[in-house]
Amino acid sequence: MLTLDRLTVAYDGTPAVVDASLELEDGHVLAVLGPSGSGKSTLLRAVAGLEPPVSGRICWDDEDLAGVPTHKRGFALMFQDGQLFAHLTVARNVGYALRLRRTPRAAERVEELLALVGLEGYAERLPATLSGGERQRVALARSLAVSPRLLLLDEPLSALDAGLRERLATDLREILQSAGTTALMVTHDQDEAYAVADRLAVMRGGRIVQQGEIGAVWRAPADPETALFLGYARVLEGAAAATLLRAAGLPVAPAVAVRRSALVVDADGPLRGRVVSGRATPELIRLVVDVEGIGELDAVARLGSHPAPGDGVRLGVDPGRLAETPAGH
Amino acid sequence: MTTPMTTPMSRALTLAGLAAVPLAVLGVFFVLPVSGMVSEGFVVDGRFDPGGVLEVLGRPRVHRVLWFTVWSSTVATLVAVLLGLPAAHLLHRRRFPGQRVLRSLLLVPFVLPTVVVGVAFRELIGEAGPLGFLGLDGSAAAIVAGLVFFNVAVVIRAVGAAWESLDPRPAEAAAALGASPVQVLRTVTLPALRPAIVSAASVVFLFCATAFGVVLTLGGLRYSSVETEIYLLTTNLLDLQAAAALSILQLLAITGLLVVTGRLRAVPDPALSRSTARPPRPSPGDWPGVVTTALVLLLVGTPLAALVTGSLRVGDTWSLANYRALGGEGDQQALLVPVGDALVTSLRTAVDATWMSLSLGVLVAVVVTRRSRSRTERRVRGLLDGLFMLPLGVSAVTLGFGFLITLDRPPLDLRDSLLLVPIAQALVALPLVVRTLVPVLGGIDDRQRQAAASLGAGPLRTFATVDLPAMWRPLTAAAGFAFAVSLGEFGATSFLAREDHPTLPIVIFRLIGHPGAMNYGMALAASVVLAATTAAVMLAVDRLRVSSVGAF
Repeated sequence: MLTLDRLTVAYDGTPAVVDASLELEDGHVLAVLGPSGSGKSTLLRAVAGLEPPVSGRICWDDEDLAGVPTHKRGFALMFQDGQLFAHLTVARNVGYALRLRRTPRAAERVEELLALVGLEGYAERLPATLSGGERQRVALARSLAVSPRLLLLDEPLSALDAGLRERLATDLREILQSAGTTALMVTHDQDEAYAVADRLAVMRGGRIVQQGEIGAVWRAPADPETALFLGYARVLEGAAAATLLRAAGLPVAPAVAVRRSALVVDADGPLRGRVVSGRATPELIRLVVDVEGIGELDAVARLGSHPAPGDGVRLGVDPGRLAETPAGH
Repeated sequence: MTTPMTTPMSRALTLAGLAAVPLAVLGVFFVLPVSGMVSEGFVVDGRFDPGGVLEVLGRPRVHRVLWFTVWSSTVATLVAVLLGLPAAHLLHRRRFPGQRVLRSLLLVPFVLPTVVVGVAFRELIGEAGPLGFLGLDGSAAAIVAGLVFFNVAVVIRAVGAAWESLDPRPAEAAAALGASPVQVLRTVTLPALRPAIVSAASVVFLFCATAFGVVLTLGGLRYSSVETEIYLLTTNLLDLQAAAALSILQLLAITGLLVVTGRLRAVPDPALSRSTARPPRPSPGDWPGVVTTALVLLLVGTPLAALVTGSLRVGDTWSLANYRALGGEGDQQALLVPVGDALVTSLRTAVDATWMSLSLGVLVAVVVTRRSRSRTERRVRGLLDGLFMLPLGVSAVTLGFGFLITLDRPPLDLRDSLLLVPIAQALVALPLVVRTLVPVLGGIDDRQRQAAASLGAGPLRTFATVDLPAMWRPLTAAAGFAFAVSLGEFGATSFLAREDHPTLPIVIFRLIGHPGAMNYGMALAASVVLAATTAAVMLAVDRLRVSSVGAF
């Protein structure tokens, strides 16, 4: 089990991670989600032993890792762009850590790993001949080779294009689950976090502002900024929040985070509004509606309906797409 | 070899440990001799007396020497840049058959022994030479031409490397906005190349201002630069205080110049956004490049052609007698050992100097390129980087002279050691080795090392996995470079070589200083042998295609 206890890391006196405490139990995948500059990569590098903590502790199963150099931690680190060794073949890259440990029957293990990441037959290729997605798969296989007690993933999918990212995210989750790997992943992409991890920690300004089971964090963001970062479109407070919650049939709360598709154009809906603008997407029409008693909100309408700017509409609310949050300050 | 450790303390220790050996060598064989020189100027009869230095600096002859050094170096630098820029464009931004050969050939002059070049120029413009009617022998123009001969290669290499990797799209964008080719050059290309040009120019100025062999062989009695003046004051006039005073002046001026150069190099290099576009073939608009390249070839080729021709003539007939004579000691016992022996000494010395400068250079390059974790650490590494560049600027004559006066008594009495010459040559070659390795090591993504470490590789294993594969080619190249430089080194060696163990450049200089037609013929033949050896090494190095060789 990985434990961070009030960890602080600084560059030249400027703190990048402040008082971060975390727990990651064996077999779980934790995503640290934060905008760029939030300190999430520094957190990962500190766990890997690449940055020294200013204060606080990093422990594995209650053993303090201070003073243990990177190569003795038994944590494998996988970079955004793989960082394969360009002069070694795929097989030699994957078998690198096995050779370091003089593992017997390394060749078989390499084949197993290549099969695991879906790259059978790639053993003799050089990294330069691979696509970005293939390289990431090789990097993953290399990291998993000696079954590290913790796998550290630094934005593992961000360098890939959208379609590939989605596919590889699903694969990554399956591979991690089937190998029972404990993993810590940092990312700025909510979808990536949701697709791969089962636990989530949100970082902002060097601090961990919220952590927990991934669905729980999503359903109850700790504060308005977190809600916005998690992909909620707007956060309403006070009277506007009360109006919306009542319309959704929910108890009144000081603030509510609203997803972009929480309001649906519905002739029997409880809210009234006037369309400000509209935009068609392949699945539905996205609107901005000036809602009576609330103000401008995002809403959706079925394809085939034709609400034009200035039209009056009635709106229903999907309570599953709202999240109560504490009010901002 | 610092895999990131977790404690700042152990990082500091690793840094100190790696830097210890080069620092010790630099301390004993550079700082000690040079400070020995300095004290020679300031301490008279055991008393601190700066008056002597000031007196020396007030002499009219010293003023003339200073003035000549400054203006000849400035003119030579300007000419080298003016010739080098268009040639760099043609050779690095255009594509034509024979281009690679041409590029390699133009790198050769830079490592040719200065004495050889001096002899070649004299053969060309001397009274009996093909261009003797111009009356250039012993003129300042001849010296400037000799300086340009060496340094135009530096400009072509350094600026060419930057130009080659310059992103062409800003220039295309400017052209699309209506800029004429000249306007594109002035507003987009030259500003982007400015760091490379300024850096090359300052290095060239440095080389010109400390040039020794060329000025000594071409300048005769009329012209003396600071460097040759130090030599004359030391060996002929035995005025050590004056020599020391000039050395101090040179040291200060050059350290200043190095600091400026270092600053300029620190400017983020726009050439980093590499272009992969295939260069076009030359068009009529490329005439400046074609013309200057032809000029450079002429400048480089004719003296060498004159040298080879001269070596093959005895009296009015073609003959190999000059070469056959290399087995002997020359007319009137000009030499103590046959020239053949001197060549063997030269090669042996070069081998020693090469392994010394390589081992030091690798350590230095590793130390200065490791990722720094704090501002202090970055500053320490930067300081070390600059420190090991110093031998580039401190004149070889000063170094040789310093060796002579400081390493001649216990605890370190090396006067009679055969290692003295290779050590001095290794120090002269060290900055070039470091400059060849640093860009390569610095260009390695540090995350490669982190990836290896996270897979369980220790510091040595990480070095073997990540650094070594990237480094072996530049390392071989740097070895060839150091070897060639050592083969031709004259400044320091002229002080340190023992009478019975001279190197080839020393022998050549002695031969041209001795009367006798046979001696002069032998000097020509020996020059051809030395030039051919050096050129062969350099061309072999260039086959490895390491772009950082000769680019500063």
